[in-house]
Amino acid sequence: MLSYILRRLLSTVPVMAIVALFVFSLLYIAPGDPAVVIAGDQASPADVERIRQSLGLDQPFLVQFGKWLWHILHFDLGTSIFTNLPVASMIAQRIEPTLSLMAISLVLTLVVAVPLGVVAAWKAGSWVDRTIMAFAVLAFSLPVFVVGYVLAYVFALRLEWLPVQGYTPLSEGFWPWLSNLILPAVALGDVYIALIARITRASMLEVLQQDYIRTARAKGLGQRGILFVHALKNAAVPIVTVIGLGVALLIGGAVVTESVFAIPGLGRLTIDAILRRDYPVIQGIVLLFSFLYVLVNLMVDVAYTLVDPRIRY
Amino acid sequence: MSVLTTNDVPVPPGLVIAPQLPDLLPAIKVRRGVIGFLRNHPTVAIGGALLLCLVLIGIFAPYLWTVDPTAIAPAKRTRAPSADFWFGTDLLGRDIYSRVLYGTRVSLTVGLSVALLASFAGLAIGLVSGFVRWADGVVMRFMDGLMSIPPILLAVALMALTRGSVGNVILAITVAEIPRVSRLVRSVVLSLREQPYVDAATASGTRTPMIILRHILPNTVGPMLVQATYICASAMIVESILSFIGAGTPPTIPSWGNIMAEGRALWQVKPFIVFFPAAFLSVTVLAVNLLGDGLRDALDPRMAKGI
Repeated sequence: MLSYILRRLLSTVPVMAIVALFVFSLLYIAPGDPAVVIAGDQASPADVERIRQSLGLDQPFLVQFGKWLWHILHFDLGTSIFTNLPVASMIAQRIEPTLSLMAISLVLTLVVAVPLGVVAAWKAGSWVDRTIMAFAVLAFSLPVFVVGYVLAYVFALRLEWLPVQGYTPLSEGFWPWLSNLILPAVALGDVYIALIARITRASMLEVLQQDYIRTARAKGLGQRGILFVHALKNAAVPIVTVIGLGVALLIGGAVVTESVFAIPGLGRLTIDAILRRDYPVIQGIVLLFSFLYVLVNLMVDVAYTLVDPRIRY
Repeated sequence: MSVLTTNDVPVPPGLVIAPQLPDLLPAIKVRRGVIGFLRNHPTVAIGGALLLCLVLIGIFAPYLWTVDPTAIAPAKRTRAPSADFWFGTDLLGRDIYSRVLYGTRVSLTVGLSVALLASFAGLAIGLVSGFVRWADGVVMRFMDGLMSIPPILLAVALMALTRGSVGNVILAITVAEIPRVSRLVRSVVLSLREQPYVDAATASGTRTPMIILRHILPNTVGPMLVQATYICASAMIVESILSFIGAGTPPTIPSWGNIMAEGRALWQVKPFIVFFPAAFLSVTVLAVNLLGDGLRDALDPRMAKGI
């Protein structure tokens, strides 16, 4: 078990190295010479050359990559071209709203999607199943911002139940924090809910045909016991895998959702960075999210080897 | 006692023939041809019909009572939908109806191009890594790396390097989609290689290129077609997201994402600017997804009960 976890941990190292190489190349081939930018308009070519040398920009690609990687491993993501602030601290300032949004979306998805998928599989072929699946296709097709604007228009502008836009930090109270994030979380979670509901249904259908389900039924176990104890437990591995993979949807969607609901998170930072062509910031965000994504999927993998006794490596 | 069979052959005494069972199962209607296929798979029909309508709208946009989608008319800014301006006008007085109809072209072009390019690139990479052992490890580690960058962020990062143009948007989204397609093709190739008929072909001296052409490629068409429709749908969403956040098509081109981006500041007072492109985008993506679901059920009956 421990050796599997260690091996799984090690297998993420090459993946992260490739991500890092890709992200570094991004900065390397980005248009615009940082030395010229830093030197300013009045600098002579000699000045620019001196700055280039002091920054190490005249060194070979791999040497520069090695140095950059060394800095990354010390949580130094470089300095923003636009604000001159360290990228790491810019990200740290903006990370709370984004993580809050993603966490609420994730919880919402699990609470809604898994039961929906279970019910759809239980009533497979009935109108309940067909309605749920029709909604899943629909939800899967609606882009995040479309859902976001409709929700904000109906529940915030017209009904005035929830705030329209903005963000309140958790430190200022639980309800103000949550009320600002309910609509964005629903908008963001909608595609994810559709995905998880579909995979839950598919996985459950497979399991419900197994012999041990018939045995459970034969020994007089109630429907709920069969569905949620016997079936869901055995159907869990593909569901949990897709939950992990679906985090990519949450990350991509968060950028847009934050823009629709004016939430000052990493998504806003990304958009600002694109508009200003602030490469170190873009680089830092891509690196952070990729790391988060790999980490989540690593945890998912390790989690079900711990939970599922059938999986032995 | 004498029982007669249908053949009127007398049955020897002491034997009883079971009475004929009534026909319990209804006769299975075998539908053939395109019409039959569409009737058996209504989602393909609905999705296909919707998509065809949108393609026609895109092609014939200039003749559908539209005006120049880029014509500015400052005197007629942010008009609500009316008989003159069916979908209203935007911040610069441009006719939203015309812009939305022309936007169909951008979305469909991006969706179809990305689906085609990513399919062919993914097919090539998947075949190579499925057949060339030494390349497999390297290629797949690289794809794992690319896959661990969320697709929208990857596209955003690539777009930050280049000017905004439809071509660059297509390339950026294609790069983000390739890893998934090549993984799919590779897994299909690996499972096909284990098939007895491939062994038989190898044993009878068929060369690898011929095996790929005759036995592998035809079997990848089904999964690839389904995958391509999903890629098309996701590419259209990513394109509108890129344009919406200002990293996609240049603002001069009327794409749905751009129209929404321009309406964003005013959406609380003039929701119609955002509404119409959003509705068109949703319907288009829905049409493509329906087509994909239907094709999957049709091409892989085992999956029909599943997802």
